[in-house]
Amino acid sequence: MNKQVSAQEAISHIQDGMTILYGGFMGVGTPKILIDALIEQGTKELTVIGNDAATPGAGIGRLISNGQVKKLIASHIGLNPEVAQLMNTGKLQVELVPQGTLVERIRCGGAGIGGFLTQTGLGTEVQEHKQVIQVGTQKYLLELPIRADVAIIRGTVADTLGNVFYRATTKNLNPLAATAADLVIVAAQEIVDPGELDPEKVMTPCVYVNYVVGGES
Amino acid sequence: MALKDKELIAWRIAQELKDGDVVNLGIGLPTLVANYIPEEIQLMLQSENGLLGMGALATDAQVDPDIINAGNQHITTQKGASYFHSADSFAMIRGGHVDVTVLGALQVDELGNIASHMVPGKMVPGMGGAMDLIAGARRVIVAMLHTAKGEAKILKECSLPLTGVGKVNMIVTEKAVMEVTSHGLVLKEIMPGSTLDDIFATTEASFFLAENLALNDRKTLEGGEDGDQASNF
Repeated sequence: MNKQVSAQEAISHIQDGMTILYGGFMGVGTPKILIDALIEQGTKELTVIGNDAATPGAGIGRLISNGQVKKLIASHIGLNPEVAQLMNTGKLQVELVPQGTLVERIRCGGAGIGGFLTQTGLGTEVQEHKQVIQVGTQKYLLELPIRADVAIIRGTVADTLGNVFYRATTKNLNPLAATAADLVIVAAQEIVDPGELDPEKVMTPCVYVNYVVGGES
Repeated sequence: MALKDKELIAWRIAQELKDGDVVNLGIGLPTLVANYIPEEIQLMLQSENGLLGMGALATDAQVDPDIINAGNQHITTQKGASYFHSADSFAMIRGGHVDVTVLGALQVDELGNIASHMVPGKMVPGMGGAMDLIAGARRVIVAMLHTAKGEAKILKECSLPLTGVGKVNMIVTEKAVMEVTSHGLVLKEIMPGSTLDDIFATTEASFFLAENLALNDRKTLEGGEDGDQASNF
């Protein structure tokens, strides 16, 4: 049950055209060594789904700068001017989703829930092409689940079984993304043996995780 | 030293906050509100990336790479703070557990609609958490300059894509404090340095005058420590 592999080995399962969920908020909580390995491997035509586009030199921004991303689904791209340029020249498709809606859609994807109802975006462009459902006197938008082929996750501490603890504001999308992909790769700052990570601190139980990679910065 | 326009707006909004409030401040002008919170009240500042109990900006010595706010600034935490993941953060926001959100805006209108997240063809940064905050916070206060390049921003009807529909409760600018009611906009206060004529001339929307319309006194606003604080900017 030892799931520890090298970053290269874990990333070798990611192929051109796949969809990747990534943890991180402005790059904080995005697994740097997995991005490094993806850049080294040169996988292309990727669809990436995460909170934001970070900046050109950080997080998922590095993968976008390197031309490996075909489509980005995120809530915010404003701090990465390269994304606007690539979008305007037709080199990158961008789909913008309200942040709370994005994370709850991912939660649904991981939890086997067929969608959820929210007032976020009612009466705005977000409502376009969506079903409006009335419950009692209140209208809601039906938002559908998101899943991906792969999730790349950054943990602070993981054990070799794949239990993960995330410190401070590195949690963000990580525990959610870890539930919503067919293949889940965790890069952690510290890898420990089973039993060394206090069960009370486990935020992602090992059942969700396929590979654990050490050496995350 | 006189309070500059944005600081005046931030100061005025800080007076709206109550002891124990959970408050989410947007990026930019709304962030300044944190500098004017009256000493006698304690707030919990929520940052949507997963923190309740945000403290001041971190000094170089205090920087922890694992701790940022939603504006990508390194920050400290206050006593009693908690961390959580994004789904919990937005359950908090959507579920009505945030008492007040203060947001900037490009336009606001008579119906309490707000446009704050894009200018088609020019500025498309994404809505981030703004739509969820507007939909879910108990009270939405808009902090913005009264006009942009001479153009009115308080309109009969927003012309830019909407970020929220009918959710704004209060608008604070350097000229005016307005409340959005079921009858329309009500001018509650005239800010120092402005006049009723000035507000009429720079507001496209129709508005009522509050029965107890107040003229804010600049001396009061600048008095004592607040004036000193303003010199920090």
